[in-house]
Amino acid sequence: MKKTTITAVSLFALAIAAALVAQDRIVIGIEKPGGKGSMAVPDFRGAAEAQAQMGVFNQVLWDELDGSGLFRMVPKTSYPLNVPQRPEDWMSEDSRQPANSRPSTGAAAQATRELGRRLRDWSGPPVNATYSPIGYTAVQGGRLVLYGWLYNVGQPDASGAQVLGKVYNSTLDEAGARDVARQFAADILKTFGATSLNGSKVVFVSTRSGSKEIWMMDYDGSNQKPVTSYKSISTTPAVAPDGSKVAFTSFLRNRPEILVHSLLTGRRLPFYNQDASMNATPSFTPDGSEILFSSTAGGGYAQIYICSADGRNLRRITSVRAVEVEPKVNPKNRSEVVFVSGRSGPQQLYKMNIEGTDIVRLTTGEGEASNPAWHPEGQHIAFAWTKGFEPGNFNIFVMDVASRRVEQLTHGAGRNENPTWAPDGKHIVFSRRVGRTQQLYSMLADGSQVKQLTTQGENTMPVWSK
Amino acid sequence: MGLDKIASRTHSSVVVLALALSLFAVGCKKKTPPPAPPPPPPPVVTPKAAPTPARPTVSSFTAEPSAIERGQASTLRWSVSGETSGISIEPAIGSVNASGSRQVFPGNTTTYTLTVTGPGGTATSTATVNVTAPPPPPPVRQPSKKSLSEILSSDVQDALFDYDQSTIREDARAVLTRNADVLKAALADNPVSAIVVEGHADERGSAEYNLGLADRRATAAKEFLVQLGVPADRLKPVSYGKERPQCTDSSEGCWQKNRRAHFSAGQ
Repeated sequence: MKKTTITAVSLFALAIAAALVAQDRIVIGIEKPGGKGSMAVPDFRGAAEAQAQMGVFNQVLWDELDGSGLFRMVPKTSYPLNVPQRPEDWMSEDSRQPANSRPSTGAAAQATRELGRRLRDWSGPPVNATYSPIGYTAVQGGRLVLYGWLYNVGQPDASGAQVLGKVYNSTLDEAGARDVARQFAADILKTFGATSLNGSKVVFVSTRSGSKEIWMMDYDGSNQKPVTSYKSISTTPAVAPDGSKVAFTSFLRNRPEILVHSLLTGRRLPFYNQDASMNATPSFTPDGSEILFSSTAGGGYAQIYICSADGRNLRRITSVRAVEVEPKVNPKNRSEVVFVSGRSGPQQLYKMNIEGTDIVRLTTGEGEASNPAWHPEGQHIAFAWTKGFEPGNFNIFVMDVASRRVEQLTHGAGRNENPTWAPDGKHIVFSRRVGRTQQLYSMLADGSQVKQLTTQGENTMPVWSK
Repeated sequence: MGLDKIASRTHSSVVVLALALSLFAVGCKKKTPPPAPPPPPPPVVTPKAAPTPARPTVSSFTAEPSAIERGQASTLRWSVSGETSGISIEPAIGSVNASGSRQVFPGNTTTYTLTVTGPGGTATSTATVNVTAPPPPPPVRQPSKKSLSEILSSDVQDALFDYDQSTIREDARAVLTRNADVLKAALADNPVSAIVVEGHADERGSAEYNLGLADRRATAAKEFLVQLGVPADRLKPVSYGKERPQCTDSSEGCWQKNRRAHFSAGQ
């Protein structure tokens, strides 16, 4: 589609321009909310029985588009009363309704009656939208069918303004309404080059069953369910890049060891643990074939090691008299490893290559730093840092690894830890402790749109998976 | 219902016994003329010619008290009348005199049977002693020998650490030196046991880093004890990071309690 390409190119240019303007801010390729323009999302209606599901549908569609952070969302109160439901409902700029136009009605009344049926009714004041999705649902063969279109309402006429038009179907129930709304939103986001989060999962640690277990949920906090039930301590989960398995630290055998579970079958997979006082904080290499972790296998301090995904073929990477944990391999460049070390005093972030050479400190040495998490594009990390605060009072920061420039995303509201990037590179889920309760939250990568995802028990250590 | 069935469990049963005895006297003792009712015509000659010897009778047979706790005594009392050739009480007592008493210490509920034999026949009577189990005694205490867990909880102290440090402080040296003697003795007395040296951290550092830090504390405490002669293969360092805090307040007092090496019994 030529139009999409042109749009994409111009948006890309815009992003670069925005980045250049924001030189003192971190260059992260994350636009501020509303960077793609403003979005008016009128309520869709359903034919016959489909109408019963439209409350959920309209809410999910709004939340998905709002949650992407791409658009400035226009409040629904400013929309005109006439909402087109399909392409033929749009009136061209000059057309009049010839049959119904009675001379006595007057032009003003005529305009009111037709308000909403022209693109400029949406692009002009008071709506001032750039884009608007329209459509409706119906029941066909017992299934919920959505007819959805996206319009660039700034265009002069409807025929050239359509950006997207597609039919979706799912079950005729609330889950189906949610499903078609997410599919439609995912396609809309795709036209703006954004990765949809639809279907992505967050793996985390929860105490709600009475012991620390690994849990999993949809990225928006719905559908929470347990992965393990060991009634021991299960913590520090890491998910394989393809989302097929989770590795974590377990006290099942009364000392910290690594366990690996399939997320597809729920079964435990073989992993050979070194005979050591500690094997912990595992993470996968980008191809999923190896696991980096922290171990005392060589005696002395916990150091960084690498092994096959089944625990065999152990190789030591670091060798220093200091505690070193949380090795994380750059997803775009297998040789780059960020980790946490106490080699210069309080815990700080360091970077090295996977052979253990070229070790450099990334954080300034101030405070304590932990929980590095690579951005999917491999240029930035999110992490937790107490810089500027008392020990233990962590905040979420983002760092451009090449320049070491940092941006602080949370500002002292509770204890903020374990940031994890969404596959779209625009969202972060993290844990926040306020008082005695610790819960998971999501936010945009600029720190805005903070939303709480969990409420039951203590919930920590989120990891976003595919 | 008969005489042989006299139980002497309660007072009222003694009354029943007396009543029954009198009935017996009325119904059986043909030699004694009945007092009140008009006598029936005597059955002619036979009694006079060869008088049948009287059947022996049990006048009384009681156990007092009839219910005891195991280990306590009950007293059997009995008396028999009539012509007898043998009197015995079973079980466990055997031949006895015509009247008497005997203390018994049955271990379980026991029914004693008094058997009287004579030329006129046999009579028996029973008395039951119900035995209940007393409350169990306190568990046997091994004089002066504590279990390993008891020693670890009462005689062995935690070694405390500075924030983000695993070096053995001056106060921890003193604690561990005292611990070393106790542990050596305890391990010698418990040859198959091992001791877990748990490392713990306070809540402030990250959970991941604290796993490594607490591991260091456990290992440092172990190494110090080994230098003092505690066998290395009996000490197992385990890091709990900040997963098992002793207290959960956010105060230095609480944090200090959690920055520790703690000793517990292993397998």
